[in-house]
Amino acid sequence: MPAFLLRRLLQSVVVMLTVALIAFALFRYVGDPINNMVGQDTTLEEREELRERLGLNDPFLLQFARFVREASAGEFGLSYQHRRPVRELVAERLPATLELSFVSAVLALLVGAPMGVYTALRRRGILSRGFMTFSLIGVSLPTFLIGILLILFFGVILRWLPTFGRGEVVAIGWWTTGFLTASGLKSLIMPAITLALFQMTLIMRLIRAEMLEVLRTDFIKFAHARGLPARSVHFRHALKNTMVPVITITGLQLGSIIAFAIITESVFQWPGMGLLFIQAIGEVDIPVMAAYLVLIAFFFVFINFIVDLLYFVVDPRLRADKATANGQ
Amino acid sequence: MALLDVRNLRVEFPSRRGSLVAVDGVSLAVEPGDVLGVVGESGAGKSTVGNAIIGLLEPPGEMTAGEVHLAGRRIDDLEPGEKRKLRGKRIGMIFQDPLTSLNPLQTIEQQLVETIELHLGTGEREARRRGVDLLRQVGIPEPELRVKQYPHQFSGGMRQRVVIALALCAEPDVIIADEPTTALDVSIQAQILDLMRALCKEKDVGMMIITHDMGVIADITDRVAVMYRGRLVEHGATVKILGDPDHAYTRSLISAVPRPDVRLVRFPLVTYIEDAKETPRHFDVRRHWLGQARDFGDGAGAGAGAGAGAGPGAKKGDAARAGEGGDGGGRGPGRGPLISLRGLHMRFTTRPSFFKRNRVYLDAVKDLSLDIHEGEVFGLVGESGSGKSTVARMICGLHTPAAGAIRFAGTELTSLAREADLDPFRRQMQMIFQDPYSSLNPRMRVMDIVAEPIRFHRLAGGREEVEGIVSDLLEQVGLGAGAAIRYPHEFSGGQRQRISIARALATRPRFLICDEPTSALDVSIQAQVLNLLKDLQELLRLTMLFISHDLPVIRQMCDRVGVMQGGRLCEVRETEALFESPEHDYTRHLLALMPRLEGLSRQGLEIEEPA
Repeated sequence: MPAFLLRRLLQSVVVMLTVALIAFALFRYVGDPINNMVGQDTTLEEREELRERLGLNDPFLLQFARFVREASAGEFGLSYQHRRPVRELVAERLPATLELSFVSAVLALLVGAPMGVYTALRRRGILSRGFMTFSLIGVSLPTFLIGILLILFFGVILRWLPTFGRGEVVAIGWWTTGFLTASGLKSLIMPAITLALFQMTLIMRLIRAEMLEVLRTDFIKFAHARGLPARSVHFRHALKNTMVPVITITGLQLGSIIAFAIITESVFQWPGMGLLFIQAIGEVDIPVMAAYLVLIAFFFVFINFIVDLLYFVVDPRLRADKATANGQ
Repeated sequence: MALLDVRNLRVEFPSRRGSLVAVDGVSLAVEPGDVLGVVGESGAGKSTVGNAIIGLLEPPGEMTAGEVHLAGRRIDDLEPGEKRKLRGKRIGMIFQDPLTSLNPLQTIEQQLVETIELHLGTGEREARRRGVDLLRQVGIPEPELRVKQYPHQFSGGMRQRVVIALALCAEPDVIIADEPTTALDVSIQAQILDLMRALCKEKDVGMMIITHDMGVIADITDRVAVMYRGRLVEHGATVKILGDPDHAYTRSLISAVPRPDVRLVRFPLVTYIEDAKETPRHFDVRRHWLGQARDFGDGAGAGAGAGAGAGPGAKKGDAARAGEGGDGGGRGPGRGPLISLRGLHMRFTTRPSFFKRNRVYLDAVKDLSLDIHEGEVFGLVGESGSGKSTVARMICGLHTPAAGAIRFAGTELTSLAREADLDPFRRQMQMIFQDPYSSLNPRMRVMDIVAEPIRFHRLAGGREEVEGIVSDLLEQVGLGAGAAIRYPHEFSGGQRQRISIARALATRPRFLICDEPTSALDVSIQAQVLNLLKDLQELLRLTMLFISHDLPVIRQMCDRVGVMQGGRLCEVRETEALFESPEHDYTRHLLALMPRLEGLSRQGLEIEEPA
């Protein structure tokens, strides 16, 4: 197992370096950074001096190494648009995105998984058919449309929920949270549902399909033949076996919840990183774009690493390859 | 009153197009300490009977008539909850595949304890103690240690023991075993059957064994019920049914069983099965497409035309016979063996590691040398994991040997570097695989499946010629030219194996490798496919490498046999000599495990006279 983890860790580092290279290339070669920094009336000499001072004339590898070193310390330079360190901007916006993604992910899992199990066990029930129809809507409607429809009903017509922003937030150190105020929680409901809906239906359909597969296996039949009660067969034996492939997809999906947050954040004017990124694209604010790219990649790699660890917890077949040697 | 009494059972599977009757009018009884065998071929409804008794019919199947009584009490009309309480507690069940019968994510202990606690209502500590005790009873060494392990850490035979322990948890009165040893090797099969019989007698349990294997029936059962298409055709004492069957189906079923004790000229034609169509046995090989181009450039193939027109039934040509005594003795000059393996070694890495010393290897084949002569059928026998298939795969180039040389008609294949250089040899060698369901591309028509090798090796000119050849090949293997436009899924297992044979013949091969070609088939179908292979071998003077774990089949098919154990070749002998007077200890061990089937009726058999 340590060898496996080490290998995974190495792969993660390679992925991060590749992403960093792309981010760096953006930074360095999309447009001229000097042009983006200085005004129209700067002379050529001044530009050349600035170029030399910022190290833009150094060899490529040296510049890249510097970029990686600074990026790993969270340093991405000044935002062109806001004239503030990118690090500060991201730190300001990160809590909003993470809170939204976290709530969506929990919602997707807590609602999607039981629905998946239910529809697998009661395949022909009316409620199951209802869930399946509902899930089709969830999969096929685009996120922004769901967001707009929610705003229309609950914000504009019924006036129950706020239609934009995070509401009041409480600062805990550098972290700001919306969990502690009524308006913060209320503002969270609609964006969280919007973001969760697609993942929820995906998880539900995935669990249903896997569960149906597992229920057909011999060991489930043998469990029935031993007279184990249906509840035990379904939940103790079938569900855990369903989880192995589900964990992989769910892990990937959590990453994409954070990445997909861009659309939801734009619809609800949620002051998170996605919104920051969209604005950065509009203004060609390359340091912000580079930072976002690296950060999202980091989340993906990190979550996948956790998923790999979970495999070991769930599936004993991966754990013990040494112990099998005496397996005769 | 019998312990388990099934009366007039009828099971139907309703569908849109009317209802399919899977089992009809079946009555059986099991007494305590008695082993009842239920035998039949696939689709006979024997498993459905077992499932109906314990109330686990696959939906939409349902019992539409009949009664099931357990110790005098009717159980088929109980509430689902009540029925569940009987399962495991009063009636234990053992399934075919031990590799998939256990939950892979739970330890053996968790699975045992759960079942024991449920049925006996004991505390966890007592359940654990009983669990360990049960494992000891079914013959698992170091049960205290093994009970903490997961199923994947056990071998197939050990897993089946665990499954038996689980079925015995609550000391049931009746055990229903559905093909309990089909997935196991002969030596393991013998152990498991002994264990089951001993437990049955010792604990006075009634046992019902569902199987397609006459060997299992002969070995372990007291009484036997023969099923055919959902009906019971015969029912009585095992000795009587096997020795002197009354019903025509039983007779034909028994005549199709490969005999361990005698060699047959060919299997009798079984009239009771679906595709009982005989192949055209006489055709003029010299003028037929299959017989052409059989001169392989080294003069060795010339014998094909000569002995051909005679057809099967005639004795094998002298070339093959002569070679059997000593290696190459009595052969003309320059006529070495067709296949010659020298010091062949194959190593797989089972645990890769960056550091060489941490890697774990499996030596599948160790220092194997062997000759196969032109026109002979060479058998390779051994238990699973002995390396038989690896040898075949190395010969046809699917694996590259770690060391050693493979010579085909004098050319060393291992030294040919370019793919294109190998093509002419690939044309001369073809393979027939074990599983007829996965060895044909389901998205291709039979026409294209069989035509592919012809097109690849450019053996025929235009499209019409290719199609003509394919139709003819399909006729030869007994399918009829009409099969060409259909897809593989429309055929049964035996028919698919015939397609595989047609495909293998399509390159006009000289050497055919058959890797367990009939082990996935029912006995009557197996008999036909073996007949077909025998006929083709004799007509075309094919050289064959025939791999099987089934000794009786080997005896029927092969001229010489090699016995493999753990990657090494133990003994190579002429077939009859090997069966009559084995020399190596392992061969004797294997032969001793082989079901004897001595009481089997010999009605209608053509027994080959010892040469």
